[in-house]
Amino acid sequence: MAKELLKGNHAFAEAAIRAGVEAFYGYPITPSSEFLEYMSSRLPSLGRAFVQAESEVSAINMVYGAACAGKRAMTASSSPGISLMMEGISYIAGTEVPAVVVNVMRGGPGLGNIAPSQGDYYQMIKGGGHGDYFPIVLAPARVQEAIDSIELAFDLAEKYRSIVHVIVDGNMGQMMEPAELPPMKEISKEVPDWAVTGAKGREPNTLTSIYLAPEDEEVTNLRLLKRWKEIEKNEVLYQEYQLDDAEILVIGFGTAGRVASSAIREAREEGIKAGLLRPITLAPFPQERLIELTKQVRRILVVEMNSGMMLDDVMKIVKGQVPVEFYGRMGGMTPLPDEILDEIKRVAANKGPGSDDPRDEWIPRLEGRILGEK
Amino acid sequence: MVSTTAEVVYQRPESFTDVHTHYCPGCTHGIAHRLIAEVIDEMGLREKTIGVAPVGCSVFAYKYFKMDFVEAPHGRAPAMATGIKRVLPENTVFTYQGDGDLASIGMAEIMHAAARGENITVIFINNAIYGMTGGQMAPTTLPGMKTTSSPFGRDVELTGHPIRMAEILAIMDGSGYIVRRSLHNAANIRKSKKAIRLAFEAQERGLGFSMVELLSSCPTNWKISVRDSMEFIADKMIPVFPLGDYKVSPSLEGLKV
Repeated sequence: MAKELLKGNHAFAEAAIRAGVEAFYGYPITPSSEFLEYMSSRLPSLGRAFVQAESEVSAINMVYGAACAGKRAMTASSSPGISLMMEGISYIAGTEVPAVVVNVMRGGPGLGNIAPSQGDYYQMIKGGGHGDYFPIVLAPARVQEAIDSIELAFDLAEKYRSIVHVIVDGNMGQMMEPAELPPMKEISKEVPDWAVTGAKGREPNTLTSIYLAPEDEEVTNLRLLKRWKEIEKNEVLYQEYQLDDAEILVIGFGTAGRVASSAIREAREEGIKAGLLRPITLAPFPQERLIELTKQVRRILVVEMNSGMMLDDVMKIVKGQVPVEFYGRMGGMTPLPDEILDEIKRVAANKGPGSDDPRDEWIPRLEGRILGEK
Repeated sequence: MVSTTAEVVYQRPESFTDVHTHYCPGCTHGIAHRLIAEVIDEMGLREKTIGVAPVGCSVFAYKYFKMDFVEAPHGRAPAMATGIKRVLPENTVFTYQGDGDLASIGMAEIMHAAARGENITVIFINNAIYGMTGGQMAPTTLPGMKTTSSPFGRDVELTGHPIRMAEILAIMDGSGYIVRRSLHNAANIRKSKKAIRLAFEAQERGLGFSMVELLSSCPTNWKISVRDSMEFIADKMIPVFPLGDYKVSPSLEGLKV
């Protein structure tokens, strides 16, 4: 199929349809509403389920129900809506049924704004809901990659009976880019043996997240943890750019990583040996690759559209082997390539020791830039 | 020689598992469960039914029914049932919910399931109290009734009034069968069973949302005897929650069950 000019949210929704999604339940919220609108126009004519629910709480529980019925089910929302879904997400994780949740992230906390942000990193990567569980998190950086991530998300969800988050920021949801959609996939007729479909000619299936005896819950927690260890071993994805001889390692995901790659191209033109590691799976994180790179590079710059959340994970892995610095924009601000280029230049020239909290040096730099932009 | 022929007149429904329940003595959950199981047996629905258990005393309902079951978050059973029914429209889907679950935390879910006319059946157990958490005030607690969170009796000036769900749900355009019955004596139990049958008939005929509200007992948390509990339903609850048919789709009228 040829490339078309596609709007992010529409493209992600069509990708889900072609991946065989059988149920979409959602609630409108900017900047993800086009996802829901698109599904409302496409799914009924295909004979698949669409409901605009009364709330995000209800929407995720509809997804939970359809997932229990063994169907490919999903929802899409944005940050405040995802907060409301966290109850159902925890139950889905506890029941070990597959489901896909797309978060088109916006500025927060609270009502925040509708501009692009990566401020939900902790919420999405560290669980977000209650209890011991480990979501898989994909963070594509371009429309094409997001299209591909949607089918992968369903495959991973079913392989591991896990919740899978696809997180993009408002830029990705709203932008138009040339991309190619996959062919329409036939819906699988296979019914998982654990699904509730009516106990015809078999013993009844029960799907629940309650394990009243602590001994049973502990065994469940252990099963989830061991499954997560398998996921960590098998499913890490990342993109590298100009890393072969890099001395300065820039780490960024999603839009921030993509903007950083433009800055790196310019830095290279100025003779700075910078390169990019862009995690595509934020969970599991490309930990082994990062450990290898700490033996190669002189300094690390983490770039995010939040207050330094992935930064904490990077610091934990780097363990002080290489100085780590940070540059972030918050509140719905997207950094420009020039800003990151300035940072790369500054980091390249910095011979000083690393800091325990790179945010301490970043805060006055950001304040200076905010003043300069006024 | 005297010859006799034995006829089975009473046995465990096929839709029941052969286990003891965890319910307290004098609790009417067991009766409600049995009526549902008998109706599902009689209608031959067991192999296509999917039940949705709530959070509350009946959280383990799935242990007692021999059919596919899921266990919903508190109040969300109608949303889960919607999610299931929309992808499996040929299956029979029912929720089993208490008053805290349905009329408090799950008010949005139940109202919108009814408004959408979801073709599901809801069995609503109203015993005017939170059982599992230890007898706190429920949205259906009677005025003046003592609970562990209204220790001086429910003061309607401070805590509001009991909610009458059957009346509310009956005015939704999407509902097809909405009634209130009681489980406090044999005659009312028989009427309750007929209502449950009609509710499932409504679903099988695609008549939209159906709900049977069952006035039920909780001797443990009401802190009265079983006999007094049954009298409490008759004398105190029914005046606040009148029994009756609040909505019956014309397609069900005259149906003999």
